[in-house]
Amino acid sequence: MRVSVQEAPFDPGQEVNTFAKGRKDVGAVVSFTGVVRDTGDEALHAMEIEHYPGMTEAALTDIAKEAQARWSLADTLVIHRYGRLEPGEMIMMVATAARHRKDAFEAAEFLMDYLKSRAPFWKREVTEKGASWVAARDEDEDALSRW
Amino acid sequence: MDVLYFAWVRERIGLPREKLNTSAQTVSDLVDELVAREDRYAVAFADRSALRVALDQELSDFDARLDGVREVAFFPPMTGG
Repeated sequence: MRVSVQEAPFDPGQEVNTFAKGRKDVGAVVSFTGVVRDTGDEALHAMEIEHYPGMTEAALTDIAKEAQARWSLADTLVIHRYGRLEPGEMIMMVATAARHRKDAFEAAEFLMDYLKSRAPFWKREVTEKGASWVAARDEDEDALSRW
Repeated sequence: MDVLYFAWVRERIGLPREKLNTSAQTVSDLVDELVAREDRYAVAFADRSALRVALDQELSDFDARLDGVREVAFFPPMTGG
């Protein structure tokens, strides 16, 4: 299991290759990568991500451990960036390795749902009209109830 | 006790962290103390349902007791992912 909270960019392809390399005990590797998307009417200049050093690492580790406890996983990877990101940059990724794909897919979705509203990150959108904090969405909180 | 603020809570209060001597028993008592201190705290804590709290880096709630707690953090609902 690896959890990384970092400012630096990462290469999702390289991360998945390293994560999957040399494993003979798994039949499925699933990965998800989150990208800064330019939405809305105002052009997005950047997404600034604040976090709570110390608690962030602990919360992500707890979420990854919970996934390992609920599904049969050989390994789990969580990378989440902070700082200033521009549209098109990768914000975060999760990867799961399991004997069977159902475990790998479900655990990856679980990780995504939990780290959206239980890991201490806060997004701030910077547009040509100024900057504003992204509000948490009810759907994201509701998504946790299915687990 | 260290008190930390993040995101718009930090912006409204105007600082990221401070050391406080408090006799507050619970998180709510601590918030009451802060709100009574200055307007900027009253503004930041106007709607407590819009806020989350962590005690020693674990999510908690406003009814929780502060016995032995060294670090309290206040922040809006998280928006990771």
